[in-house]
Amino acid sequence: MPLSDGSKALTFGALLLRGLLAGLIAGLLAGFFAYGFGEPKVDAAIAIEEAAAPAPAPDAPHEEELVSRNGQKGGLFLATGLYGAAMGGLLAVAFTLLRRRLRTPSDTRAALGLAGAALLGLVLVPYVKYPPNPPAVGDPGTINQRTISYLAIVVIGLVAVWAAVVAKRTQPTEWRQAIAAVIGFLVVVVVGYALLPNINEVPATFPPDLLWSFRLTSLGTQAVLWTTLGLAFAALLSLGRRAAAQPEREPATAA
Amino acid sequence: MPKATTAGQLSTPAVSPRLLWTALAVVAFMLLITYLVVFDQGAVSRSGMYLHELMHDGRHLLGVPCH
Repeated sequence: MPLSDGSKALTFGALLLRGLLAGLIAGLLAGFFAYGFGEPKVDAAIAIEEAAAPAPAPDAPHEEELVSRNGQKGGLFLATGLYGAAMGGLLAVAFTLLRRRLRTPSDTRAALGLAGAALLGLVLVPYVKYPPNPPAVGDPGTINQRTISYLAIVVIGLVAVWAAVVAKRTQPTEWRQAIAAVIGFLVVVVVGYALLPNINEVPATFPPDLLWSFRLTSLGTQAVLWTTLGLAFAALLSLGRRAAAQPEREPATAA
Repeated sequence: MPKATTAGQLSTPAVSPRLLWTALAVVAFMLLITYLVVFDQGAVSRSGMYLHELMHDGRHLLGVPCH
């Protein structure tokens, strides 16, 4: 006996719950990665920051007074956990609204595809233009301009992924679809990179190896977050589908 | 009927106007949480700089401009 569409579909609430849970797991895992590999670099950069500024201005807020370094290391998990949960919620919304437009019968592929698109558009495209900086790098006077530029490149990254999908769907054969996707993506990214200002505020005295390893661990943290989020969301979807298909469940009433 | 089976296996609800409004509210709330983590200077959370400083390391390692 064929099951109706309604009995197999998850509700939006159920999808959202799975996204939030997957995001929390991903955020905490990214937090462990950042704690293990990133915190030594942050510590080293803060030591440089403090050595460079032995006498801070009297009106400048002093960081260690408000939250200790140990407090900030605990707060790292709060930050990545909350951020992961929020990204999981957004992934669940994107999945709910876009699932029927993604041309694959597989929920796993759809979930992993969306997470991969986010990793590309939200992380990699911004990363190349505005690589993350450790403490002691960056002029506080330009923080507003840098934040706006960062938000702009995040939007451009997402538009580039969208452009790749649109361009892909204009072509009839697979190899032409692949080329069109790459061209669509690159056009948006190149225009975005050219329009947005270059920012390089790394002091000449900052150790290059520390900058390099900090940036690598920052990329690793975000890669762990989005990879885990995609895999966990796909796994929870699969578990939810199996539970929803159990015969003891009452069939959902027609919506 | 393989086509019908595929359609019956869709895991998401049909997109209705009501679902769109709910989704919009959820997106706004998720972006607010994201804002609190990565950009808030106390103006929204009204915690002064406490939350900002607490999540300082996460901001750096998540690649967001900090200071």
